[in-house]
Amino acid sequence: MPNAASSVFRALADPTRRAIFERLSRDGEQTVHVLTRHSGVSQPMVSKHLSALKRARLVGHRRRGRETHYRARPQALAPLVDWINHYSAFWQNKLDQLEDLLERMEP
Amino acid sequence: MTEPATRSVIIEKEYAHPPEKVWRALTERSLIEQWLMKNDFQPLVGHEFRLRSEPVPNWDGVIECRVLAAEPCKTLSYTWGTLGTGTVVTFTLTPTAAGTHLRMEHSGFREDQEKNYKGAKYGWQSFLGKLEGVVAGLE
Repeated sequence: MPNAASSVFRALADPTRRAIFERLSRDGEQTVHVLTRHSGVSQPMVSKHLSALKRARLVGHRRRGRETHYRARPQALAPLVDWINHYSAFWQNKLDQLEDLLERMEP
Repeated sequence: MTEPATRSVIIEKEYAHPPEKVWRALTERSLIEQWLMKNDFQPLVGHEFRLRSEPVPNWDGVIECRVLAAEPCKTLSYTWGTLGTGTVVTFTLTPTAAGTHLRMEHSGFREDQEKNYKGAKYGWQSFLGKLEGVVAGLE
């Protein structure tokens, strides 16, 4: 597995980190305070998880005033997304179902 | 100006049934639903229809389609639009001694689309479920 993909897998293997990443993907940019409120862990832990996500380039940040705003970088998931494989499996499965249907249909 | 390079998925399969029967399965709503998805398909060129699968987070499960070609028992082609990408699905039927040879080509995957934001949003949902096993395999 390429390094980029394995670092992303490792970063998202932790359920708390995954929840943080999902929240940022879904709700857009957030501060560490808002993320802490929803995460069920302490602020230092959230910061630690955010650092891990930043190392995997899954999260970006910018400072505004005294607050740092974090955002998801779903494009970092690109090494994991292979549409060709996805659709090959999808159509294999569907065309097998088509065969089952043809067996059931009246001649 | 040259078009960006695209990739296709091609699957070929033999069915022990005549082309007329395969054509029905590809073009009648209730039959399409049984092997593909819920739909409001009509085999008329230009007809716009939707395929509906189960919604997942960040995706409503709807695929927007438009019929490009419908030549009974020979060719069916429609656009396949999900999450801002436009690809084309083409079924080609050829009669054989045993029944029908079906060629399915899903074409128009662009390298840059594959890496785009929306593609990633769609794709990562499906890999998350398998994550634990993959990570275990890394060690």
